[in-house]
Amino acid sequence: MLERKTVSQTKTKRSKISKETKRQLLHYMTLSRRIEHRIERVLYRQGKIVGGVYVGRGQEAISVATAIHMLDNDIVAPTHRDMGIFLICGVSERRIIAQYMGRKTGVTQGKDGNMHMGDLKHNIIAFVSHLGDNVPVAAGAALTFKMRGQDNVAFCYSGEGATSRGDWHEGVNFACVHKLPIVFFINNNQYAYSTPIELQMPVKDVADRAPAYAMAAEVVDGNDALAVYESAGRAVDWARSGKGPYLVEYKTFRMTGHSAHDDAGYVPKELFEEWARKDPIERLQKHMIDAGELTAEGIESMENEITAIIDDAVDWADKSPYPDPEDCLKGVYHEGR
Amino acid sequence: MSTAKPSTSKEYRIEAPDGLDLGKHQFVELYHYIALNRRLEERLSILYRQNKIVGGLYSSLGQEATSVGSAYALADGDFLAPMIRNLGSYLVRGVSAKDFVAQYLARECSPTRGKDGTQHFGDLSKGLIACISMLGALVPVMAGVAMAMKHRGQKNVALTYCGDGATSTTDFHEGLNFAAVHRVPFILVAEHNQYAYATPVSMQFTIENIADKAPAYGVHGEIVDGNNVLAVYDATRRARQMCIEGKGPVLLEAKTFRRKGHAEHDPADYVPKKLRAQWEAKDPLDAYSRFLLDQGVATRSEMDDVDAKITRELELAVQEVLDSPFPDKSIADRDVYFSARTDGGSHA
Amino acid sequence: MALTTYLEAIRQGIWEEMERDERVFVLGEDVGVYGGAFKVTKGMLDHFGPERVVDTPISESAIVGAAIGASYLGMRPVAEMQFIDFISCCFDQITNFAAKSRYRWGAGVPIVIRGPSGGNTHGGPFHSQNVESYFYNTPGLKIVQPSTAYDAKGLIKAAIRDEDPVLYLEHKYLYRRIKEELPSEDFVVPIGEAAVRREGSDLGIITYGAMVYNALDAADILAKDGVETEVLDVRSLQPLDENAILETAMKTNKVIVLHEACLTGGAGGELAARIAEKAFDFLDGPIIRVAAKDTPVPFSPPLEEYFLPQVDDVVDAARKLLAY
Repeated sequence: MLERKTVSQTKTKRSKISKETKRQLLHYMTLSRRIEHRIERVLYRQGKIVGGVYVGRGQEAISVATAIHMLDNDIVAPTHRDMGIFLICGVSERRIIAQYMGRKTGVTQGKDGNMHMGDLKHNIIAFVSHLGDNVPVAAGAALTFKMRGQDNVAFCYSGEGATSRGDWHEGVNFACVHKLPIVFFINNNQYAYSTPIELQMPVKDVADRAPAYAMAAEVVDGNDALAVYESAGRAVDWARSGKGPYLVEYKTFRMTGHSAHDDAGYVPKELFEEWARKDPIERLQKHMIDAGELTAEGIESMENEITAIIDDAVDWADKSPYPDPEDCLKGVYHEGR
Repeated sequence: MSTAKPSTSKEYRIEAPDGLDLGKHQFVELYHYIALNRRLEERLSILYRQNKIVGGLYSSLGQEATSVGSAYALADGDFLAPMIRNLGSYLVRGVSAKDFVAQYLARECSPTRGKDGTQHFGDLSKGLIACISMLGALVPVMAGVAMAMKHRGQKNVALTYCGDGATSTTDFHEGLNFAAVHRVPFILVAEHNQYAYATPVSMQFTIENIADKAPAYGVHGEIVDGNNVLAVYDATRRARQMCIEGKGPVLLEAKTFRRKGHAEHDPADYVPKKLRAQWEAKDPLDAYSRFLLDQGVATRSEMDDVDAKITRELELAVQEVLDSPFPDKSIADRDVYFSARTDGGSHA
Repeated sequence: MALTTYLEAIRQGIWEEMERDERVFVLGEDVGVYGGAFKVTKGMLDHFGPERVVDTPISESAIVGAAIGASYLGMRPVAEMQFIDFISCCFDQITNFAAKSRYRWGAGVPIVIRGPSGGNTHGGPFHSQNVESYFYNTPGLKIVQPSTAYDAKGLIKAAIRDEDPVLYLEHKYLYRRIKEELPSEDFVVPIGEAAVRREGSDLGIITYGAMVYNALDAADILAKDGVETEVLDVRSLQPLDENAILETAMKTNKVIVLHEACLTGGAGGELAARIAEKAFDFLDGPIIRVAAKDTPVPFSPPLEEYFLPQVDDVVDAARKLLAY
């Protein structure tokens, strides 16, 4: 049986991560933060968003520094807190904002909302609300890679809460039995809606579940973008080289309620304060400044660039039409030409 | 986690665990249940070949010690949900051989009055809950039974079984996790009989022991020789004690082997002959008989008396059932819902 | 006297049953500390304690399975689906374990599975569904859907006291939009009884849930043309109040069956078939079904509006039928 590595045993070879990679990480993390901020704290309050808003504030390093390892034809099954994945996979900010506004130009053309978006052209499998349902589906994608002899990897995301679901168990077990090229990235943000982890599972770490499947696993600080990057690289290499599934648990914290309407009054204030000090974006900025890889001006120009991207996207989305009512009927079944 | 691997010496011998709290009467009673389990299934097999059985017939040949030993460790007020290969567990709880014959022959006098067959029956007055065909489904249900016991402050436990195959299901995972989060008095006996229908365990999971899953749920796990009725009894008794002390749930893995096919129609050609022979040599009934003789607990003639009694009981049961009617069609649409006429509220 | 919302009525109903009968308890995701995603169980944890207000992992199969198990020991569990859409995750426990238990071996399963259903809240495909038809073909289950605060309270109490598994489908669009004065004394609404919401003899609209209000609005519009419309709220799909349905059909001779679930395979087909079989001679025109489109529930407002049956759709159908 494989030994599980812990954070302290994980040697992050930060020196090997290029300045350009770090800049990319910072860019996508900041972009995720800002775009979600605009959606949740501005557009939602202006009544421009249709339905609920779920954000990954404070957890941006996980989506970004894992998905950045995706190669052509890899596939990803994100959750509702993985904005960074959509951005990295090349889904445009315009289509994303339009998605939240229920417009025809949104990723699902108004058929579904918020993070329930997928696009196989971008190798993204759309998430459904039933947590854990994406796990067997991602395993099926990985099975196909194996059947076809492709050296691709399925990137599969779950929160710690989803690990209580039967689909999660069945999917992980299936992937392990068939030794599939899949990495299970667990975003352990410590709350499933209002349910704290001790009411969710009787073990300390999600990674404690991995030995039940004889699966390689490790626990990593999810707010340290470079540690996330390193560990994801190891995990993806492992899966890509045919060694089977790998689970990486990222410890982080949900810096918001479950969704925009939820004030998270059930979370002790001290926890928010403690985790605010571990903010992944500020940490990466500080690291890069200390290493002489970033300046205050550099941060400002990145912020300005991102603001311009988002302004454009909002403007574009806001001018986009709503879908035609009759579009409701389209796409239930295959529509041959 | 303690392990008790079956002996590999030529003659499979079982030993009594240290501190076993059984007297002569109980040793013989255990023999009675195992032998009855075996003979009843043999008799059912004959009825199957005579085309008297309605539907399928499922055998627990080779696994009788697990059913009998675990059920025997339970106390009054405990609840038990046997699976399809736990005929012996029902017997220990006082279900008669006739009930089984009647179930398999789909007669009016059967526990389900012909509405369901096989081992798909329960009796709340005996603390028995019926299984359904969906494997693993009993795990959350029995977690709920245990939750109700905890809620009421009862010093009781809920026990059910699952095969190696059922460990792959949603209900196994959700049920065990749920039971563990709520620390309810629940024992899950995982019968590692090595085949799920035609699927060997290597295609079922990637670990060697089902008990290896216990840490993933933060519960106590233990492996026991499922062919040693005394070891199963003792391990279940200890698991029960842990549950009563609030240290549950417990995942108890019984290593055993399914000696017949999935059901009577299945010759199980997919099982290597050598593997089958290995386990035939570990027959739980033979091993227990040898133990009783070797230890001087019972004589051959005492066991013969038990066997003769069983034979008489079975012949009587079969005859009675064969002479009894099938259910009248008028009951077919009854009891889908509660009716004051037929149900006075039988809840425990 | 204060007005009680539909949501508060459900909460009061559960609360009072928990006070009345110590065997009653609730379990589900976020029902305790948080008081439920829609606050149906608000305050229950503080009042009744964690033994009777059980927060669970995200495990619908375990929630319903455990409810079944507890019911075997005589408990009266009320299991919450955070959104009724998640009921698909425990389909097996409901349809195979709970529904068949009494019939097979005489062990009743007196549990309630409840949760917010229905659309018109821009919830998208996974937070808007009407699931009754997934279960309608499973004998052993009872299915109710209240449309008023009075019924919400009376039916949840009846469901909790019922000896069989009851799917109690509350409509989340009505949660805070519907309110009325409720009697202070204990009452139940018997399962299996429909209610006439408006009397009329020219046209009958047979419906349930949030669509009761669309039917009433349509009746108002039709009344301006002198059409007297009867609106029958079925309330309970299983068991079905067949007499009430046939009475409305025989009295009005022209029947629309209206529901928010999708058209094909929806409960409306069953209602129409009963009328066609047993009141055919009384009909002056075809039974017309008005229901949601046969698509997943779309998210964007113009799509969802198009998807859901609107008052105008009912009026149009009525005019077509009245022309016979």
